[in-house]
Amino acid sequence: MLGLDTFGDVTHDKDDRPLSHAQTIRDIVEQGVLADQVGLDFFGIGEHHTDDFPLSAADVVLGAIAARTSRIRLGSAVTVLSSDDPVRVFQRYSTLNAISGGRAEVILGRGSSIDSFPLFGYDLADYEELFEEKVGLFAGLLKGGPVTWHGNTRASLVDQDVVPHTESGPFPAWIGVGGSPQSVIRAANYGYSLMLAIIGGSPARFAPFSQLFQRALKQFGKAPLPVGVHSPGHVAATDEQAREEFWPRYQEVIRRVSRTRGFAVPTKESFEYEIGPRGALYVGSPETVARKIAANLTALGATRFDLKYAMGGLSHEALMSNIELYGTVVAPRVRELLA
Amino acid sequence: MTTPDSLPRIAVLGAGHTGPVIARVALEAGYPVSIAASGDPDRIALITQVLAPGAEARWAADAVRDADIVVLAIPLHRFPAFDPDLVAGKLVVDTMNYWPPTDGVQELFEATSLGSSEVVARRLARSTVVKTLNHIGYHELDEGRRPAGSADRRALGVAGDDPAAVQTVAGVIERIGYDVVRLDSLAAGRLFEPGGAVFGASLTRGEFQQALGAAAA
Repeated sequence: MLGLDTFGDVTHDKDDRPLSHAQTIRDIVEQGVLADQVGLDFFGIGEHHTDDFPLSAADVVLGAIAARTSRIRLGSAVTVLSSDDPVRVFQRYSTLNAISGGRAEVILGRGSSIDSFPLFGYDLADYEELFEEKVGLFAGLLKGGPVTWHGNTRASLVDQDVVPHTESGPFPAWIGVGGSPQSVIRAANYGYSLMLAIIGGSPARFAPFSQLFQRALKQFGKAPLPVGVHSPGHVAATDEQAREEFWPRYQEVIRRVSRTRGFAVPTKESFEYEIGPRGALYVGSPETVARKIAANLTALGATRFDLKYAMGGLSHEALMSNIELYGTVVAPRVRELLA
Repeated sequence: MTTPDSLPRIAVLGAGHTGPVIARVALEAGYPVSIAASGDPDRIALITQVLAPGAEARWAADAVRDADIVVLAIPLHRFPAFDPDLVAGKLVVDTMNYWPPTDGVQELFEATSLGSSEVVARRLARSTVVKTLNHIGYHELDEGRRPAGSADRRALGVAGDDPAAVQTVAGVIERIGYDVVRLDSLAAGRLFEPGGAVFGASLTRGEFQQALGAAAA
């Protein structure tokens, strides 16, 4: 399964000026529709709350895409569950599931930004308890039927019917994991699928996480569940074009993040390493990207790859071309390589 | 302590992002390693088996008692609840960071002009604290290793007030696969913190010293 994820990065116009949040959101609807047309399996939106990532209400955008598509699966990537209410998340995605005729998914996780915590009045120091309790409650809600739940992080529920009911059982739910083995165990314990967020360094180093997940499932007496990979990248007609389009935007975005978080800015050398066979970025021609995806899915025992496209500052046109190539050339080539 | 031909025994406290990675690279460098989380070792048995095969999952008190070096790799927000008695008399390696943009603001570390490891050392008054491994990403620790003498061998800083402890920890870092730049106080170790020139940067020994400027020994 091949999918796309976006964090709703603000796109730029032909004169390299940032487009409005509203236009960015309308463009994302078009991108989701195109992803369906070119045969991709999944389109995901990662919740963010900042000026350069204005996609704070992913499910609304997904609802719009659902109304104009018929095949592609739609979901969050990720939903920051710790600062949300599991009941509301279930209601929103169950509604999306209804609109889309059963095509909704959720990926639950922390994400890499922390903006939602102060925004909604949560303390990051409580992160673990919030996440632990809320994934437990969400797993209960997914099963369907009345829910009884007691905890410290939201009001208790007693025999509570939560609507809308799904038509045919639980929709797919994943936990996104960036490097915490305890999160892997937690996903297995509650029966969530595992989405590995690999955004830097060697993808192969995550192979033990994949093994840990399957062994933990076995220990908990559960059937095997799929493992997916989420990584950033950009596809263009040639390797050169993809690099030229992506590098300045990547450098700018990472420079901004590194200034806030105080880590060293990546160099051209580290970028070259990341787009090479041992790095985490999928930047290049369809053939380059397809080979890398196939190799890493095999190495990680994974069956799903979600390309995080749309580095901030790229144009809507460049993103549409990326989606087109990814769907019509990369995806069939990956399937061929894995056959 | 250890005899000259045996390697110090290492206890890693923490089985989150960093603990198992540190345990694995230490094991691969030949050290006897145990790993402990806050509770029953059964809870981290599978993590240890898969991510740091060869390490022994133990109760924290047992792991610490038998160790020459204790590596503190717990989330910093858990540190205020950490019992200093647990590591009294031990050499403690502080790998933690006070990093508000990713982990949020914490009073103990905010309301001070001290570096985070100095705050840690004051609380662990009966331990000897050395600061290192905080400025390399846990995901880089594996891949960054090189044999001694490699032209591209990355350097890591080791800072502490006790020269013998710094020496011991520097020996571990070298053996794991990194050059070492020593600083002779925890206060100087503030240079390794988030926002500093070496935080998250892959630098050779010369580059690392240059980045630190005159402070580097």
